[in-house]
Amino acid sequence: MIRYILKKFGFMLVSLFCLVTATFVLMNAVPGSPLQSEKATSETIQKNLEAYYGLDKPLIVQYGIYLKNLVQGDLGISMKKKFQAVDKIISDSFSYSLKLGLVSVVTSVVAGCVLGIIAAMYHRKFLDNLAMIIAVIGLSIPSLVLAPLLQYVFAVKIKAFEVAGLNGPMDYVLPTIALSATSIAFIARLIRSTMIEVLNADFIKTAKAKGLAGHLIVWRHALRNSMLPVVTFLGFLMANVITGSVVIEKIFAIPGLGKFFVQSVSDRDYPLIMGITIFYAAILMVSRLLADIAYVLVDPRIRMSGGKGAK
Amino acid sequence: MLQKDSKTGAIRPEMFQPLRRDSGQGEKFQRERLTAWQDIRMRLYSNKLAMTGFWIMVVVLLFAVIAPLIYPHDHFTNDLTKTNMPPSADHWFGTDDLGRDMFERTWKGAQISLFVGFAAALIDLIIGIIYGGIMGYYGGKVDEAMNRFAEILYAIPNLLVVILLLVVMEPSLTTIIVAMSITGWINMAWIVRGQIMQLKNQEYALASKALGAGAMRIIFRHLIPNAMGPILVTMTLTVPGAIFTEAFLSFLGLGVQSPVASWGTMINDGVKSMTIYPWRLFFPAFFLSLTMFAFNVFGDGMRDAFDPKLKK
Repeated sequence: MIRYILKKFGFMLVSLFCLVTATFVLMNAVPGSPLQSEKATSETIQKNLEAYYGLDKPLIVQYGIYLKNLVQGDLGISMKKKFQAVDKIISDSFSYSLKLGLVSVVTSVVAGCVLGIIAAMYHRKFLDNLAMIIAVIGLSIPSLVLAPLLQYVFAVKIKAFEVAGLNGPMDYVLPTIALSATSIAFIARLIRSTMIEVLNADFIKTAKAKGLAGHLIVWRHALRNSMLPVVTFLGFLMANVITGSVVIEKIFAIPGLGKFFVQSVSDRDYPLIMGITIFYAAILMVSRLLADIAYVLVDPRIRMSGGKGAK
Repeated sequence: MLQKDSKTGAIRPEMFQPLRRDSGQGEKFQRERLTAWQDIRMRLYSNKLAMTGFWIMVVVLLFAVIAPLIYPHDHFTNDLTKTNMPPSADHWFGTDDLGRDMFERTWKGAQISLFVGFAAALIDLIIGIIYGGIMGYYGGKVDEAMNRFAEILYAIPNLLVVILLLVVMEPSLTTIIVAMSITGWINMAWIVRGQIMQLKNQEYALASKALGAGAMRIIFRHLIPNAMGPILVTMTLTVPGAIFTEAFLSFLGLGVQSPVASWGTMINDGVKSMTIYPWRLFFPAFFLSLTMFAFNVFGDGMRDAFDPKLKK
């Protein structure tokens, strides 16, 4: 077990290192310097600026410094945001993204499970078909369509919610729906298919035979066994939430990390782009690792040496 | 044969006739013989939702190809006397803030989305089959090494790679497709690997090997054709993902650039003015969702048709 986790952790570090290196190489391959501006600056100022950002040293030295700072949690200084430290920008804005993200993850799992259970319990009946059509529509409407649609209908036309911002609890409703729709649909389909299988298993028949009530069978026996694939999905769920938050934060004007990411990309603010990319990657990789570990813990059947068991 | 008595409704013994036993009867096929592919097609055709998806795909494709050819307006000419017009007989979907025709732009956007979707699926297919085929067929150390590489690449979040590349490279259609393919093929490779591993020890593959066929011939002539089902399904389900990624990137301003029309850029423009000119958001958003819906349900239908065990 420990060996399995260590192995996964090792591979995670290798992947992260590859990404950091690739990011560094790519950002340095870009023609032009971010310090160039339309205004003419004197040579001394230019030199001083380069020295300030460490751009006067050879590339390999810059890379070494970058790695060293990275390990210490220092991601450098933003080039466009008035000399703010990148880690400061990330930690300031991430709290918004984290809150929204957690609400969305919980919503996805709960709503997905409910929808999936309903579909499985009424297998091949009207409710099943309805739930699955809702799920496939949820999969097909991308967040960048759903978010403006919700905003238009519920905030602009009906005025039930604020158009933008994230101040009160009510402000979470629309962004959460837009952010969770795809994941809800995915989880609902997963739960449905495993649950149908589980409901046909012998131990469920036993439970029925001894006269256990229908809802108790579902809650006590079937759901626990159907949750397994959802655990593996959690890693992807995080990816979904992060991708989605980029769009959602832009549309609902939430000052989260996603919004800064988009801004840094359009500003070509390289230290900020690199910092946020690595931060996102680390979150995703850690959550996938946790999902892998959780999977092994929940399901003792899978082989731990296989490595690919928890795909 | 069994008819109830019209008056009393009773069933009487003389209504029954003994059926003569025919020894050949048991060997006869009662049902028409179907090949595996006919069987799959039949299951697919009888799936209404999947066929709806199929016809939506066909209609969107036809419109994307034909509409720009015969429609009188083009997608890039500005007409500042006719900005933000609602849909009318002249401009079917209205015009945008530069007076460009939205109907034409919507279908030009469809061309781009479909092109990106199909190109990404095709590249994934080619790399995936070669890489996965070799991985699955040789197994052992080769498989181990190639799998490690794939796993390391797979752990890097796809979208971050795409965004990084687009920041660095000139934003264009080719860049988007290349960037998406860097990590996109891995899923396909794993599907192919699994299939090949299952198939490579079957008699026909062993027979071919015994007759002296090389590895490449066995993989591509014998194994891949038999693994076509899951491969086709994966391909179909790759398309909506690729369409979404393109729209997402264009929405963020990293994708195709104006004056080229993409659903992503059109939605981005539409969001800004949706309170006043909602149709500018509606049309690209609607067709993007419709196309993704069509590919999703058709892909699901294909999966059920290829493997009816999955449909419960």
